Amino acid sequence: MAGTKQETKNSITLKGSAQLVSEFFYFGINSILYQRGIYPPESFTFQQQYGLTLLTTTDEGVKEYLNNVLAQIKDWLEQGNIQRLVLAVSNVDTQQVLERWDFDIQHEPGFGPQSIKEAKVGSKDLKVIQKEMRDVIRQITASVTFLPLLDCVCSFDLLVYTHQNAEVPEKWAESAPCFITNSQEVRLKSFSTSVHKVEACVSYKVDL
Amino acid sequence: MSHLQFDAKLSEALRMDGELTRGPIPRWQRKAMEQGMQTLSISNENSFANKSGQNTPRSVKTPHSGSFLDNKSPGRGKSPSRSKSPGRRVPMLVVRGAGQKTPSRKTPATPHNQQDRFIPNRSTTDTERSHHLLVTSMEASGGDKSREEDEVSLQQKEYQEKMTENLNDGVAPETRVLSFKSKAPQAKEGHLNNHKVLYSAGKPTVPKAATTRHIPNMPEKVLDAPELLDDYYLHLLDWSVNNHLAVALGNSVYVWNAGDGSITPLCQLDDPDYICSLSWIKEGNVLAIGNSSGVTQLWDVAQQKLVRSMGGHESRVTTLSWNSYILSSGSRLGQIFHHDVRVAEHHVATLAGHSQEVCGLKWSPDGRLLASGGNDNQVNIWDSMNTTPIHTLTQHQAAVKAVAWCPWQNNLLATGGGTADRTIRLWNCTTGICLKDTTTNSQVSSIVWSAHYKEFISGHGFSNNQLTIWKYPTMAKVADLTGHTGRVLELCVSPDGQMVVSAAADETIRMWKCWAMDKKDKKQADSNKGHPISMLAQTIR
Repeated sequence: MAGTKQETKNSITLKGSAQLVSEFFYFGINSILYQRGIYPPESFTFQQQYGLTLLTTTDEGVKEYLNNVLAQIKDWLEQGNIQRLVLAVSNVDTQQVLERWDFDIQHEPGFGPQSIKEAKVGSKDLKVIQKEMRDVIRQITASVTFLPLLDCVCSFDLLVYTHQNAEVPEKWAESAPCFITNSQEVRLKSFSTSVHKVEACVSYKVDL
Repeated sequence: MSHLQFDAKLSEALRMDGELTRGPIPRWQRKAMEQGMQTLSISNENSFANKSGQNTPRSVKTPHSGSFLDNKSPGRGKSPSRSKSPGRRVPMLVVRGAGQKTPSRKTPATPHNQQDRFIPNRSTTDTERSHHLLVTSMEASGGDKSREEDEVSLQQKEYQEKMTENLNDGVAPETRVLSFKSKAPQAKEGHLNNHKVLYSAGKPTVPKAATTRHIPNMPEKVLDAPELLDDYYLHLLDWSVNNHLAVALGNSVYVWNAGDGSITPLCQLDDPDYICSLSWIKEGNVLAIGNSSGVTQLWDVAQQKLVRSMGGHESRVTTLSWNSYILSSGSRLGQIFHHDVRVAEHHVATLAGHSQEVCGLKWSPDGRLLASGGNDNQVNIWDSMNTTPIHTLTQHQAAVKAVAWCPWQNNLLATGGGTADRTIRLWNCTTGICLKDTTTNSQVSSIVWSAHYKEFISGHGFSNNQLTIWKYPTMAKVADLTGHTGRVLELCVSPDGQMVVSAAADETIRMWKCWAMDKKDKKQADSNKGHPISMLAQTIR
């Protein structure tokens, strides 16, 4: 009775994909903030996601910032304007950039901002997507073993690479790309929602 | 008529304070006109002509070409001398003056195209200096606010343009880098990256001491301690002078007789309660037990009977220390109580020097000073029963659980800090001065001094879960004793001073013969040892 097997249809719209990706960013950024010790561990709380127990911040200020930024990122994802999200960790005193977490965002072939009108949907099992996201977050967790210690008070900033013609909301400003001089780069795993493809990599300052 | 007009124009030109508009049309206007553009002073000549009638003619001494456009000016054929418009043309006059004396009607002709030229003499002006003066005067006066802002944004723009140009090899950028204007708040002040311990744990930083003594690197004996609570703040192990080792496992206390190896269960609490601290009286026949409900019990171990139950604390009693008949207890709320165990009203004093859980408490061997360490990262030194500390030592950066008095040097105290601190500090408690400090790269959970050697031993947590023997006063490392697979929680020394027992989070108790004595020394020590007479035996029973 092979034919009776119910066909499960996985359809991921552009909007849904934007939701998934921005959600991933929320947990990814929180993991980085916790794992790299940018905020004290007691300001984090446990949350189950992707079959992992992840730590998310309870600091109101950080939460608000992330919500604001991610809401805008979600909009840009839907409009197809975003190309890259960068989390830059810098020394508070010297303003030197010490770490740069780079999430490169691409459309899977055939998808673009117009696909929302075409009602085009991706087909990928949500479980598979979440597994891929989990792998990336696991790598972020594991990165503590090779990244150099951030032995100073650090702050972070989120940079968004958009198309030149993208609308810039009032609360956003142009920024320097925060490149690190004399850096080492480590590629992390990538994941795809079948609409968006996100490739992660981290570069860090190497002290000679 | 033309004669009158000429006179009028001449007088106009000669009036030094006259309006500048009456002068010849500036070069830029003229140029613009030549190109067919309308300029502001195009009607110059007309106004000149109209007005000239009203002007009183004055004596004429010098010819002048009022305006290039003025066709009626006399001497046209001869081409009048260079213009002499007031003020503005002075540099020209200076230059040319030498060659051409006062112009007259018969002045030699000058080239037509020179008459309105203004050629500044740049060689005499110091442009750099004048720029400097201009800029500094602007700065001194505060400058124009809006202009400054404009300048800043201009600079930013320029910088950004340059940046994008550099990054794109001069190609117009396709992307913009944006960031949210209001940044995320910074971490609280004083936040230290906890991962520091991860990175620094493996590094050997302390010199190794030379030693002639053999220190076995394996434990003499390993005891199983199931359900031993892995709680940094508790004190679950103590060794009496009678060679009884008391261990608290969960909610029950067991006494292990080190002489014959027999084990006696002493007491058991009802379920949610658990044992938080143990302390033998100096004489070794009474065991004080602090539990999680804030009650301190005194047990007669020989009879296996509860002698006394003393309440008072509102939270768990995490640490106990005896000073003859005074039992001091520290609680989670940061209070230290002195209990006089002889009298009915046992609670005789409260020391409120800590704002958080008291986790280390020790009376000095002579019974004069009490040292307490707390989760508020400070160490307090109390003078006997006084309720204000004589010293408050705040150098530790983490909870201070390890507190130990040196048995052979008065007022010498060793303290060790928790994960965020990882240092051992030695204090002179008379002066409150930190004599030595050394980093151990690992959480310090307990310190015990040797009575026979100038050494002390410390128990550590992550990453090696080791015991480290230190030389005093050089603070050199004598040996590391590894074997525990969980963090060391508590250390005790045997009554003969040769053995150190360690309880660890891996639920084992290990005994290390690290301070073995020579036979000769041992005999001497044995003969010196008297038979302790219990004070409580006389007073309580």
